[in-house]
Amino acid sequence: MKVIVDMDVCKDHGQCVFAAPEVFQINENGRLVYVAEPDESLRDAVEEAADVCPLQAITIED
Amino acid sequence: MGTTRRIVIAGASMGGLRAAERLRAGGFTGEIVAIGDEPHLPYNRPPLSKEALATEVTHEALAFRLRPAVADVAWRLGVRVAGADLDARAVRLGDGTELTYDGLVVATGMRPRRLHLADSTRPGQTRPGPVTGRHVVRTIEDARALRAELRPGANVLVAGAGFIGCEVAATARTLGASVTVVAPEDVPMLRPLGPGLGAALRRRHEERGVAFLLGRTIAAFLGETGRAGEGSRVTGAELSDGTRVAADVVVEAVGSVANTEWLAGNGLDLSDGVLCDDALRVEGRRGVVAVGDIARFPNPRYDEVPRRVEHWSIPTDTARHAAITLLADLGLAEPAATPFAPLPTFWSDQYELRLQSFGAPALGGSDIRVLEGDLDGEVVVGYHRDGELVGVVLVGMPSAAARYRAACSAAA
Repeated sequence: MKVIVDMDVCKDHGQCVFAAPEVFQINENGRLVYVAEPDESLRDAVEEAADVCPLQAITIED
Repeated sequence: MGTTRRIVIAGASMGGLRAAERLRAGGFTGEIVAIGDEPHLPYNRPPLSKEALATEVTHEALAFRLRPAVADVAWRLGVRVAGADLDARAVRLGDGTELTYDGLVVATGMRPRRLHLADSTRPGQTRPGPVTGRHVVRTIEDARALRAELRPGANVLVAGAGFIGCEVAATARTLGASVTVVAPEDVPMLRPLGPGLGAALRRRHEERGVAFLLGRTIAAFLGETGRAGEGSRVTGAELSDGTRVAADVVVEAVGSVANTEWLAGNGLDLSDGVLCDDALRVEGRRGVVAVGDIARFPNPRYDEVPRRVEHWSIPTDTARHAAITLLADLGLAEPAATPFAPLPTFWSDQYELRLQSFGAPALGGSDIRVLEGDLDGEVVVGYHRDGELVGVVLVGMPSAAARYRAACSAAA
């Protein structure tokens, strides 16, 4: 599974962090960092993260 | 197997989409029909008062992605749900079609409340005042129409100092318009944020040139003279204290009304949205659930009072729980083991300011404390009830959000 966050659209809300903390984090500068190829076992959490993104900036590629 | 079962989702916005996804995720393989009065597939509304309003409003940019699991949902768009007979398990559409169902999801959401005021330039007239130049922000079409009028130098009057009013004010100011906000409360965003933070945010708006006329309401709209009220263009407003304000664009952000009329006649409590039990089942009706901000439900995190919650997180949260309830009512799943108890979450962007809220600040309005930072910079404000933290609002401080969210989540 590949995760792509459109960083031009992302506004660092961090909602994805609550849904999938293994994949998304807000660093000490307040910017989003993420794992681009997370384990398949995290799919549900990543899909939830994509759902709850206020800007809908997260895409999942299989 | 016998006949295919059908679930009708009344409402094709975010709540309807999330409900369809969760019904499929819960193993429902029958027919799903989603009915929406807008001509569009579900799209994301918050940018309509912010990013999209500031740039360009297109469905393409706002549309939610449709997962493969919901590819076979039958979307009936551009037609409203006109009525329902819950005993007969049937809904009637605006085009006269009748649809029977095994399960029903009520997700028709809200519409903006409008100001119904007479035209003060024609005393004694009962017909509506000027129409052109008056806007609301709910749909893509609304935002497009407003966007077209937000030119540099435009004179914009915003009625309402809640989040949408303040977001529109910020966006309009950023686009170079003159902006005045009129509202009955003395502080913007008073109910969700409390007086201290609300006053601090007012100062931020004023620094950028937004004028506030608070503690008063719009009593009448002023229109072009010499023309019939209907269709004439707004030129300003007269306020409850007699002040006259010139404006060529008015934005009405004065709250919303639940779209429940189609459910009338079924003996439901529709006094404020649709009253639900703690599993999001419409009171006393098996096989009927409500999703999104139309649902009035108790949240055992806080108390037993059923409330509607108009936060963006609510369609997703309610859909998760309501889908399980509905499938259980249809004998297709085990009911949820615990009542619905979401952690309310919302955000607002005004200029470069990011507000994030977790929990229920409005319930802790009598004990508000600055937990970190200061009100005129980045700040974390805590809202307490009986000494316990029930909500937090952050302005900025993104890296602290997870910690405070956890504190709110644990406190309940």
